[in-house]
Amino acid sequence: MAQPILEIENLCVDIKVPSGLLRAVQNINFSVAKGETLCIVGESGCGKSITALSLMNLLPRTATRSADKLMLDGRDLRGLGEREMSDLRGNRMAMIFQEPMTSLNPAYSIGNQLEEAMQRHRNVGTGEARDRAVFLLEKVGITGARGRLGQYPHQLSGGLRQRVMIAMSLMCEPALILADEPTTALDVTIQAQILHLLADLRDEFETSLILITHDLGIVARVADRVAVMYAGEFVETGTTEQVFNAPSHPYTQGLLRCIPIPGKTKRGEHLGAIPGIVPNLVGEMQGCHFASRCSHVHDACQSGHIALRASFEESHQYRCVLTPKVCAANSKRKVVA
Amino acid sequence: MLAYALKRLGVALLVALTVSIITFSMVYLPGDPAMALAPESASQEDIEHIRRVYGFDRPILVQYLDWLVHAVQGDFGHSHYLNEPAANVIFDRLPTTMLLGACAITFALLLSIPLGVLAAIRPNSLIDRFALALAVVGQAMPTFWFALTMMLWFGITWRLLPITGTASWKNFVMPAIALGYYVTPGVMRLTRAGMLEVLASDYIRTARAKGLQPMRVLFKHALRNAILPVVSLAAVQFGFMLGGSIVIETIFAINGLGFLAWESIQRADLPMMQAIVLVLSVFYIALTLLADLLNAFLDPRIRVS
Repeated sequence: MAQPILEIENLCVDIKVPSGLLRAVQNINFSVAKGETLCIVGESGCGKSITALSLMNLLPRTATRSADKLMLDGRDLRGLGEREMSDLRGNRMAMIFQEPMTSLNPAYSIGNQLEEAMQRHRNVGTGEARDRAVFLLEKVGITGARGRLGQYPHQLSGGLRQRVMIAMSLMCEPALILADEPTTALDVTIQAQILHLLADLRDEFETSLILITHDLGIVARVADRVAVMYAGEFVETGTTEQVFNAPSHPYTQGLLRCIPIPGKTKRGEHLGAIPGIVPNLVGEMQGCHFASRCSHVHDACQSGHIALRASFEESHQYRCVLTPKVCAANSKRKVVA
Repeated sequence: MLAYALKRLGVALLVALTVSIITFSMVYLPGDPAMALAPESASQEDIEHIRRVYGFDRPILVQYLDWLVHAVQGDFGHSHYLNEPAANVIFDRLPTTMLLGACAITFALLLSIPLGVLAAIRPNSLIDRFALALAVVGQAMPTFWFALTMMLWFGITWRLLPITGTASWKNFVMPAIALGYYVTPGVMRLTRAGMLEVLASDYIRTARAKGLQPMRVLFKHALRNAILPVVSLAAVQFGFMLGGSIVIETIFAINGLGFLAWESIQRADLPMMQAIVLVLSVFYIALTLLADLLNAFLDPRIRVS
C-alpha cells in the first residue's frame, strides 16, 4: 500500500465540562489511503463529529487534543499553530458539514464564498477562481452555474446548498475530505443523489474521504473500510465486507439489526433496537463501554480495559471479550428485543 | 430592492403624516388658542379679533390642511416671540445640533462597537468585565449629572476644555461625549450579543474550515451579520440624541435646536415648538428609513427575495 494520506495513532480528545473531564475520543487509530473511503459509524454523541473536528483543529476552546501520531500527506499536524493549520484547512483537507441550511454565510453570494475558498490558498485572480467555481458547480450537478454565482444561500434549497458546500470543499483539490453526516439534514430522495455525487467526485479527483454517518445503508454503498464508534472508542474496524458479513462486536450487530431488509423483514415485525443510551463519558471508565446495553454481558466485561482484537482476519478488529467464534454465532442468532 | 425601498418610503410618509396631525393638535392642547395668545386684560372683542387674524375661526380640517400645505413648502408659521418665520430660526440653529448629534453618535459607535466585538471574542475576560461595568455605569448615570461632572473636572478644575458656547471644535468635545455616552451601553451590548451568536454559528465554522485568517472570519463573515440590528438601534438612538440634546445644549449653552426648544417652551411659543417637533420627527423618520435601506443593503435576505 502506498503512503497513506492520513495516519492517526492514539488520538484523544478531552473536553472540560463543569462536572469534570469528558473523554470524547479515546485512543483512536486509523489511516486512510489515497482515494479510499473510511466510514465512521455510530449513534449520536459517540464522538464521531469531535473526531473530524479534531483533525481540522476546529474543536471548541474547552477541548484539548492529543495524539502519538497525526500525519496528513506526510506532514505532522501535531503542534502546528493556528496559522499553519489554517494554511492546510480548505487546502489539503476540507470539511462538509451536517447542516447545509446554516453552513453558508447568508450575507454573501455563493460565488463570493466559493471564490474566497480558492483565493485564500492559491495566488489566483477573481476570474480564475470564478471559472473554477463554475466548473465545480457544474460538476456537482448545478445547472446554469455561472448565473448561480450571484445567488444567495437563502435562494437555494437544502440539497443545492449542500452541493455548493461540496463544490466549495473541492475548490483547492484537497487530499482529504471530511464529510460529517452530509445527508442527514436532507430529504431521503436527495440523500442518495448527494451520496452518489460524493462517491463520483472522490473517484474523479482521487480524493480520500472520511464519511461520518449513523446510516449503515450509506456505509454499505460507498465505504471501503468501516470504523464503528461507540462512546469515544472504535469498537470494530474492518473492510466493508468484513464488518457487514461478519459483524463481531455486539454493538455492530445491534446496529445492523436496526435496518429493515426488503423482502425479509415482515410487516408488523419488531425492528431491532439497542436498549439504553450512550453512557456519560465524564471521568475514567472501567471495562467495556457497551456493557450496560449489551445482551451478552458477563463479569469479564466489567473491569480492566478491553483491547481491540483480531477476528478471523487480521484486518478485521473488534473490542470484545468474546472469541471470534462466539461472536460469529451471536451475529446469526435472532435477538428479541 | 426598489419595491422594498418604495414600500419603506410609503410607510415613512404615513408616519410623517400621523406625526403632522399630532403636531398640529398641539395648538389646541392648552384649550382655546386665541385665549392663550391674548393677554389677561384682553376683552372678548380682542380675543375674537385674534381668532380671526390667526384663522382659528375656520373649521379644524381647513386649518390643518392650510398648515400642512405651508409646512410642506417650508413655511412653519411665525414665531410669536421672535416675530420671525419659524423656519428661518430653525434652519439657523439646525446645523449646530446636527453637528453635535453626528459627533455624539460617532463617539458612541467608535467606542461601543470595538468594545462589543472584543467582549464577544473573549467572553467573561477582563475586557468583557470592563465593558459590562462601563455599560452598567453608563446606563445608570443621568446625562445631566455626567455632563455637569465633566464640566467640573475638565472645564473648571483642570481647565482643559471650554464649558460653554460653540466657538471651536473644543466646545463640542464634552457635549458630544455626554450625549453619546448614554447610547454606548445599548449599542455595545447589542454588538456583543450579536457577535456571540454569530461566532457560534455554522457559517463561521465553515469560514474557518476554509482556512480563512481569524481577522477575515471576524470582520468579513461575523461582523457583517452581527452589525445588522446595531444599524437599526444606532439610527433610533441618533434620533433620541436630537431629543436628548435639549438637556445637553441647555447645560453647555449651545445655541442649537434643543436650546431653542427649551426657550420656546418657556415662552409658550407654539408655532416655534410645532415647527421644532415636526422637523425633528421628520428627521427621525428619515433616519429610520435610512437604517432600513442600509439593512437591506447589508442583508441580501431583505434585498433579494
